[in-house]
Parts: sequence; structure tokens; C-alpha cells
Amino acid sequence: MSITDEHEQFRTMVRSYVETKLNPRIPKWEADEAMPLHDVFAEMAELGLLGLSYDPEFGGQGADTTFTLILAEEMGRCDHGALPMALGVQVDMATPSLHRFGTPEQKQRWLRPALEGRHVTSIAVSEPDAGSDVAAIRTRAVRDGDEWVINGSKTWITNSLQADWLCLLARTSDEGGYSGMSQILFPTDTDGFSARKIPDKLGMRASDTGTLTFDDCRVPVANTIGEIGRGFQQQMAQFVVERMWSSYTTVGACDRALARTRDYCAERQVFGQPLLANQYLSFKLAELAAGVDMLRVYNESLAESADRGEDVTRRATIAKLTAGRLVRRVADTCQQFHGGMGYVEENWPARFARDNRLTSIGAGADEVMLQVLARLDGYSA
Amino acid sequence: MNVIVCVKQIPDPAMPGELDPSTKTLKRSGKLILDESDGYGVEMALQLVDAAGGGEVGLVSMAPNGEVSGLRTALAMGASKGVLVSDPELQGTDALTTAKVLAAATKRLGDADLIIAATESSDGYTGTVPEQMAEVLGLPSVTFAKSVTIEDGVLKVNRQTEAGYDEVTCTLPAVVSVTAGVVEPRYPSFKGIMAAKSKPVEEVTVSDLGVSPVGWAGANQEIVEVSDAPERQAGEIVTDEGESHLKIVAFLENLKVL
Ligand SMILES: Cc1cc2nc3c(=O)[nH]c(=O)nc-3n(C[C@H](O)[C@H](O)[C@H](O)COP(=O)(O)OP(=O)(O)OC[C@H]3O[C@@H](n4cnc5c(N)ncnc54)[C@H](O)[C@@H]3O)c2cc1C
Ligand SMILES: Cc1cc2nc3c(=O)[nH]c(=O)nc-3n(C[C@H](O)[C@H](O)[C@H](O)COP(=O)(O)OP(=O)(O)OC[C@H]3O[C@@H](n4cnc5c(N)ncnc54)[C@H](O)[C@@H]3O)c2cc1C
Repeated sequence: MSITDEHEQFRTMVRSYVETKLNPRIPKWEADEAMPLHDVFAEMAELGLLGLSYDPEFGGQGADTTFTLILAEEMGRCDHGALPMALGVQVDMATPSLHRFGTPEQKQRWLRPALEGRHVTSIAVSEPDAGSDVAAIRTRAVRDGDEWVINGSKTWITNSLQADWLCLLARTSDEGGYSGMSQILFPTDTDGFSARKIPDKLGMRASDTGTLTFDDCRVPVANTIGEIGRGFQQQMAQFVVERMWSSYTTVGACDRALARTRDYCAERQVFGQPLLANQYLSFKLAELAAGVDMLRVYNESLAESADRGEDVTRRATIAKLTAGRLVRRVADTCQQFHGGMGYVEENWPARFARDNRLTSIGAGADEVMLQVLARLDGYSA
Repeated sequence: MNVIVCVKQIPDPAMPGELDPSTKTLKRSGKLILDESDGYGVEMALQLVDAAGGGEVGLVSMAPNGEVSGLRTALAMGASKGVLVSDPELQGTDALTTAKVLAAATKRLGDADLIIAATESSDGYTGTVPEQMAEVLGLPSVTFAKSVTIEDGVLKVNRQTEAGYDEVTCTLPAVVSVTAGVVEPRYPSFKGIMAAKSKPVEEVTVSDLGVSPVGWAGANQEIVEVSDAPERQAGEIVTDEGESHLKIVAFLENLKVL
């Protein structure tokens, strides 16, 4: 991959922004279990961080995918997982379909404010009875003239308590299965809509995760993204972008966690010597760092493929699966090597472990990644 | 309004510095970055040009090996162009010669209304270059500026002192050194970073500038010896038996800080 001086300057800028502007605010956000997303996104938009790979005509930056990878890696160095996830939702989960399939009018109206940090967005797919099995969703949009009338509920929806609009997946016909779904731009000020916070999550505490209710909500049919009835297929493509974001942030997160653990173990004296003098510990850390490096290089080639317009479904799936598993091992090891210091809230390993536990569950669980892979590679009956 | 900012490119302070045993000077062979101290000057210049409603921020830097990384950062923040003086002959250049070189470099950018530098760099920190530049250029010098404004073509500076600050007014053009923290340097945006790529940086040599002698030859100083800083002594522990405050007062008096 060709890393230019501009990529390096960009990395330096984001790293410094994370360290000096974001991390100092995170303790408060974690304590409040909330982040002022409109403020933070507006600030990030000023730096051009909200639409790196998008078309400049609609507020994007027209950058190559490697810039997105660098942004995500550096966001992974935040002191929590919630903001990197919120940003990921905004730029790589709720908006890719709109960018790819939306009309110019839709993009001016909905994409531009999202990329300029004036709108917060959510991706609303999961439901109480449909998580891994997306085709089981029941939220329904029934056509009445020029309007969809929407009824149903969604759950686990990130950013939803502050969102200005949702990229909503709903059933728009009775075909069932993978057919008859559509993606709809849903403004949250629509009558009949409500969002309720899901309290007491294990991690990602600063992230607002909501359960949404749609009660005879009316939105124009003109808000449909792409083709009516192709929502499932469009959403599957959108999920691919989401997997890449997860995998990129994981590299930054693990890199930092391992370096911090190394520094701690070099300081901490046990049995009259630094912990790091134990070969078991140093080998463990070296091995995990090697694993992170493998993922980094895999991600880099993935980003390049995406730039060339290739279908990266398979590799994005492998990357996301690998990332989820790797970060769990890293988190567990870092916590273990900190001893009691890894078990108190005042030190980072506790939050690191609970926030990053989500990677193997959200955006498609590990087993769902395996299901996709097995199918793609012909290992399923 | 045209402002020129001196930007020093220094080894990354996050990396441990190393001395070259043969020259007894700091090794500057690796990648250099924009001295954080100069980030304030760049920001101040951008704000002044903005407030004036027009003009440009130009940059001058002297650094080995054609280094431009730090200059690019300042260009990404919004400066328009730069002059880099890079020449093997500069090896061993002292602060006065640096001032002569930088003064000559500013001329390549045309007339400036104001020249800004930091009060001292983060690596060399002699804190003498800006004043010497002013002398070489025959311009007034205002130091330790904590705020800078321009009203009706007159420079107004709040100059940091031990007791507070002095209000100084001065004609333009002038050379001002600004203290750290005066303004909050902006982050270069993605667009800024990409735009910096195509902004002009003229690389010149000492002979282009006609400054001579430079390097060790021009330096009125010699580094005779380098030795380690003495190990810090163990502190004195005062056990409080009801009168520790007296011991602390005596200790401070002894240091002549009271
Ligand atoms: C903090 C958080 C934020 C989220 N944000 C969003 C969001 O913004 N938008 C959104 O739409 N959703 C969001 N989700 C939902 C997330 O995508 C789902 O939780 C996830 O897809 C798993 O679905 P589920 O919870 O219904 O688990 P289930 O589908 O009930 O699965 C439970 C477990 O069963 C196993 N399993 C599932 N399928 C298979 C299989 N085929 N073979 C073998 N084992 C299997 C897996 O281990 C899985 O973890 C979020 C979730 C959380 C926790
Ligand atoms: C022994 C020795 C060897 C050296 N070898 C080299 C060499 O090989 N190549 C080389 O290029 N320089 C060389 N230098 C020059 C040196 O790096 C400094 O530029 C110079 O000595 C100024 O000292 P200072 O950093 O203490 O300036 P200070 O007076 O502390 O600086 C105040 C401000 O002046 C401005 N300024 C100072 N220096 C520069 C600069 N170089 N460019 C732009 N703005 C500046 C900055 O705004 C700075 O914050 C050498 C110096 C010494 C003493």
C-alpha cells in the first residue's frame, strides 16, 4: 500500500486530536453515560473526518480508503469504544447505502448534513426478534399514496437518542424472507416515533443505545433509498463497510493496549524483578502484537481492494471475525497482567475489556461471520 | 497584511534525543517535525491575517537534509508558502548565524508587515534568535508577547513579565516573539493537508542567500565538552513532630526563595 506524506500527516493530526481533544473528555462522558454527539461531530467535520471517502459534491472529502483506515485505527486509540463506534455508525454504517444508491436530492438533503456534522444518524436494523437473522425483521412500512405508514420496533440502535434520521430497514411487501424489504430515510421528528434508552449495558456506556417504537409513522415514499424491495441486499452491502470499520479500529485499540501493558509490566516489580522479565509474559505480549500486525496488513490490503472497487465481502468478513477474537484475547491478557490493577475502574483495562467485548457480538456475531464465510467458501451443506 | 513566521523543525521530542559524539551536537538525521512552540506563532499569524481581512502567511525555516515535514504541517494549517534553507555548510551554525540566515530568508518572501517567532525553541532554547533577527533586519523587536493585535497599522502587544504584563505599542514592520499557549493552534484539516502538498516551498542554499561565513566557521562558539547532568540528590525527609513547618520555612529561606 502506498502511504504518502499526506497519510502520515493525517495520522499525526488524528492521533493528536484524539489525545488532546477527545480523551480528556471521555471520563465525563462515561460517567454521564452520554456524549454530546452534535458538538463532537461538528468539531470532527471541521477537520474533514466525517466523510473521508465520500463524494465532495455532497460534503465528502474524496479521499482514498486508506485515509478511512487511518482514521479508524487512530480512533481505536480513544480511551473508550463508544465514540469510535458512534463515528463508525455515522460514516460507515448509516450512510454508505445513501451514498451509493441515493438520489442527488436525497444526498443533498440527508447525506450532506450528516457529513457536515449537523445531523446525527443511526442504522436501524435489529429488532427484539431479529438480530443475527436479519430476514426475520417485522417492522413494516405500508404504502398509502405517496407515504409509507410505518409500524414496529427496533432495538439496540446506536446513536438513536440523538439521531436526526435513521437508515431504517423495514418490510415493504408480504413476500417474506430476503425479498420485499426497503431502506428508508426516517426523520426522528416524525409523529408516532419514540426512542427509549437501554440502561446498564456492560460496556459502551457513553453510547446511547435505544429501543425504538414506530406507531403509524408517516414518511414520504420519496425517502426510500435505492430500489423498493431491494433493502435487504443493499443492507448486506452496507454491513460489509461496517465490518471493515470494526476491524480497523481494533488494530489501533490493540496496539495501544499492548504497548500500555508492556510499559506497566516493565515498571511493576514482582519477585524482585520487572514482570516483563518473565518470558511467559513477554512471549504472550509479543505473540499478540504479531497477531495485531497480521490484522493490520490484512486490513491494509482490504482497504486497497475496496479502493479498486472489488467485492470485499469475504475479506471484510474474515477481518471482522479475526478482529473480534483477537481483541478479546488482548483484553483478557492485558487485564490479567495488570493483576488487581486490571480489576478496578480507575485503570483502563476494565473498560477496554468490556467495551471491546462487543466486537464479537455487534455488527454480526462471530458465528454469523462464520456462517457467511462457510457459505461463500463452500463449507456449508 | 503579510506575516512571516519562523518555524523550526526539530527531532520529535517524544523520541529520546541523541548526541553525535564527533560534533557534540544533537543528531538531526531522522524525520523532523514542527516545533510545537512555533504552532502558536503560525496560529497567531493566521488569525492576524484573517482579522486584517487579507494577506498571506509565509514561512521560513532552516533545517538539514531538505526537511519539509514541519513546514508542511504549518502549510496544512493555512500558511501559503515557505522558504527552506538547507545546506550541509550550515552544520555547526550558532544562534546568531541562524538569525542572519533566517533574516536573509525572509527577504525571499518579499516585504512583511510582521515577523513572528517563538520566544524559544523546544530543542535549542537559547531564546535569542528572534531578537538577533530584528537587529540584523534593523527592525524593532518585541519579546514575550502573550497577545498581539494590530490597530490602525500599529502593533499592540501584551508583553509577559514576572509581575504581570506590559502594554507595548510599536510601529510596523517588527519582529515579535510569542510565548507558548497564547492561542490554540488549529489542527490541520484533511483538506488543509491535501492542499499543503501543492503549496510552494522554495529550497535555498547559503550561497543563494549570500550569508557568509556560516557553520562552524561562522560560529563564535565551540562545544568543548559534553557531560551528563548530575544525578538528582535524595530529598530531605521532614518527620512532623508538630514543628515541621519551621523546618520547611528554614529550608526555603536557605534556598533564598522566601
Ligand atoms: C451495544 C450494541 C449496539 C448495537 N448497535 C446496533 C445498531 O446501531 N443497529 C442495529 O441494527 N443493531 C445494533 N446492535 C445489534 C447487534 O447487531 C445484534 O446484537 C447482533 O447482530 C446479534 O443479534 P442478537 O443480539 O439478536 O443475538 P441473536 O441473534 O439472538 O444471537 C445470539 C448468539 O447466537 C449465536 N448465533 C447467532 N446466529 C448463529 C448461527 N447462525 N450459528 C451459530 N450461532 C449463532 C451468536 O453467538 C450470537 O451472539 C447493537 C448491539 C449492541 C449490544
Ligand atoms: C552546535 C550547533 C550545530 C548546529 N547544526 C545545525 C545544522 O547542522 N543544520 C541546521 O540547520 N542548524 C544547525 N544548528 C542551528 C540550530 O538548530 C538552531 O537553529 C540555532 O542554534 C537557534 O538556536 P535555538 O533553537 O536555541 O533558537 P531560539 O532562539 O531558542 O529560537 C527562538 C525561535 O526562533 C526561531 N528559530 C530558531 N531557529 C530556527 C530555525 N532553524 N528555523 C526556523 N526558525 C528558527 C523559532 O521560532 C524559535 O522558536 C546548529 C546549532 C548549533 C549550536
